Amino acid sequence: MSEGSPVIVKLDGVERHFGAVRALDGVDFAVGAGECIGLVGHNGAGKSTLMHILAGTGSPDRGTIAVRGAPETDYSVARAQALGIRCVFQELSLCPNLTVAENTHISHASLRGPGWRKRSAALIRAKLDEIFPGHGIEPSDVVGDLAIGQRQMVEVARAFTVTDQPLHLVILDEPTSSLDAHTAGQLLAFVGRARAEGVSTILISHVLGEVLSTANRIVVMRDGRVVASDAASAFNRDRLVATMGGARQHDRDPAAAARTRGATPVKVRARPRGQPGSAELVAHQGEIIGLAGLAGHGQTRLLLYIYGAATRRRPGIEVTDPVALVAGDRQTDGIFPLWSIAENIGIRSLAALRRGLLLSSEREQALAREWQQKIGIRTPDLDNNILSLSGGNQQKVLFARALGSDARIILMDDPMRGVDIGTKLEVYDLVRAEARKGRTFLWYTTEMDELENCDHVYVFRNGRIVADLGHDELSEEKVIQSSFEESAA
Amino acid sequence: MTVAATEPLGRSGLRSPAFARFLRALLPALSLTLILIAIAYLNPRAISYFGFSLMLNLAIPIALATIAQMFVITVNELDLSIGTFVGFVACVTATWLRDAPLLGILVLLGSIGVYAALGALIHLRNLPSIVVTLGMSFVWQGLAILLLPKPGGKAPDWLLGLMSLKPPLVPFPILAAVVIALVVHFGLMRTSYGAVLRGTGGNAQAVKRAGWSILRTKVTMFAMTGVFGVLSGMALVGITTSADANLGNGYTLLAIAGVILGGGEFVGGRVSPIGAVLGALTLALAASPLLTFMRIPPDWQVAANGLILIVVLAARALISRREGDR
Repeated sequence: MSEGSPVIVKLDGVERHFGAVRALDGVDFAVGAGECIGLVGHNGAGKSTLMHILAGTGSPDRGTIAVRGAPETDYSVARAQALGIRCVFQELSLCPNLTVAENTHISHASLRGPGWRKRSAALIRAKLDEIFPGHGIEPSDVVGDLAIGQRQMVEVARAFTVTDQPLHLVILDEPTSSLDAHTAGQLLAFVGRARAEGVSTILISHVLGEVLSTANRIVVMRDGRVVASDAASAFNRDRLVATMGGARQHDRDPAAAARTRGATPVKVRARPRGQPGSAELVAHQGEIIGLAGLAGHGQTRLLLYIYGAATRRRPGIEVTDPVALVAGDRQTDGIFPLWSIAENIGIRSLAALRRGLLLSSEREQALAREWQQKIGIRTPDLDNNILSLSGGNQQKVLFARALGSDARIILMDDPMRGVDIGTKLEVYDLVRAEARKGRTFLWYTTEMDELENCDHVYVFRNGRIVADLGHDELSEEKVIQSSFEESAA
Repeated sequence: MTVAATEPLGRSGLRSPAFARFLRALLPALSLTLILIAIAYLNPRAISYFGFSLMLNLAIPIALATIAQMFVITVNELDLSIGTFVGFVACVTATWLRDAPLLGILVLLGSIGVYAALGALIHLRNLPSIVVTLGMSFVWQGLAILLLPKPGGKAPDWLLGLMSLKPPLVPFPILAAVVIALVVHFGLMRTSYGAVLRGTGGNAQAVKRAGWSILRTKVTMFAMTGVFGVLSGMALVGITTSADANLGNGYTLLAIAGVILGGGEFVGGRVSPIGAVLGALTLALAASPLLTFMRIPPDWQVAANGLILIVVLAARALISRREGDR
């Protein structure tokens, strides 16, 4: 913190748990007046959870919040607003059916009484003009008609408008994600001007260049903790990346490292759409291929594209064996919630389970029993409903469904989300064992530890392959380095 | 960084979203005009002060019930009990409100309270409103039958007098429709809290994060449904002069149809009070007067309503597709 500036808000030892997951694990955090804090960290580092607590939309399980030195016991959204703390959330929080001016009223209860629409319109228009000159937005426009970038501009401008409540701190969670370089530049310049007027900001961004150029202090989070907090001038891109990833030494599996590439036939060859250059994803038989990068940068899309290519030819994709997919979002894409465990396992193998025109329940049971033992599904009866299983065991059922089928290529769409570590280790062993038997795995994961299991890793950014790392070259630092963009472009 | 923030919106021109919305807003008025033209063609004498008073007589309670339904639809809920509730109110009005006004007023106010409580229940327990109100529809019907086992009762004299008003120049039903539409339009579309109420339907999460109580908005909207349901039931008795427990049964679907016909949508907080009243008038006119003039038996009334609904919704789908094209 810069010397002598009064502290606006201070968090001490804040913890937040979601089930077994520690989203925040004892965080100390403080914002001074007129500061712009850059907050960076990898997926799931706890940034968004921390911001929800600051904005009053989430409450900590443990720890204290103090605003201007006074401890807050009953902290809420209304309280945060009264204290001048606002947040622009990552998911847009405008009402699409209302006009820009009406949305301004939603966050300013005091804009009421006769003429409220005019005052509301004047307020938001003035702020839009100030931050984004030439924005082309009318206060009477219905938000649903605006382009996504314009909505983000409205939301940012709204957060900086002032009526009866003070404004001390604005939290911007990925504010430039839908803005082009020009408007992003306008916003970052405005953040600098706001600082001069004593309004603090917290800037969360995956674009390290804009954090380094805008913030005066940078806080790095990892695994629910603050791992570094220092003046922005003390950081450069390399140090930031190293701090986010941590300089962890890991012992490699010598067997995997010793494998030479190309000794087995190519099973999958895929080029993401719009990929410049000649980079493509190649998977040989018996390999475990990792798809890395930040969440939502085209990995799932490519997996689904490959999955589709197995049945119908698609340009740029070559798949030579039957394919099965292990879904990541098991509640929506994976399980059949009304079916039994055995039925959920057998659905990918119906052709093999047939006897004449009908399905043979004995064969279905046999298949389910075989995989229950191999993969260790903990249930007294395979005819129980799938929902009687814990989340981890449900995920095992999805693995059994894919591995029990005739598929020789298994696509995994970050399937270990929210699964306990014990199950994870069991499944890692199983995947490695199946790969040794000649199956090919394409594994999208956001967790570094899982990439350690892979023979080869492709890093994705904006739907394209930006790095191609062999097992020997793999390090968390390299993955993060390629995941983040150089600048806002 | 992939989406350009300042892509031209095309604020003017035939392909702009604003123009598509304008077309959609015009649709209820357009369908009403078409029906009126058809009536004028079939029977020119119907287009008169007396003709309108007669044809639109039943439009007032339908319009009120439609507005009632519109309030819950604004917050993404649905009320399947509005029809039997109107019937219940009619029975109370024709008996207690006439014989023991104080008791009658208390019962009617209490029933609005029940609506408010339902709103709280649906929100707090996260229940589907369709299920709760379907259950309530049997409760209202049962109460109405207990109160008035066979058709009877009599409307209070002041109500009869009010509903048979003959203002100069403009027939009473048209005057009433204009007043209803403007009052509700002002309350829901122009006031600042009205924006919050509609915002609850558009993005409840955003409204909640801004510090508003969703419980309060839902309770407000359900209470308003109760208020307009009571007004609808009273207006109905004022016209029919006596009550029957089954009087309002058809109103549930008629009210939903009126809202949708008037440009409202089931989710997303997109509603239009003026459109809803126009939709109700359209349905009321298309139902019996038009069919009578076309010499089609009244048995086809419901089918005719359905047909109008399909035609209007098809036109709207076409307009919406243009909206989605951009």
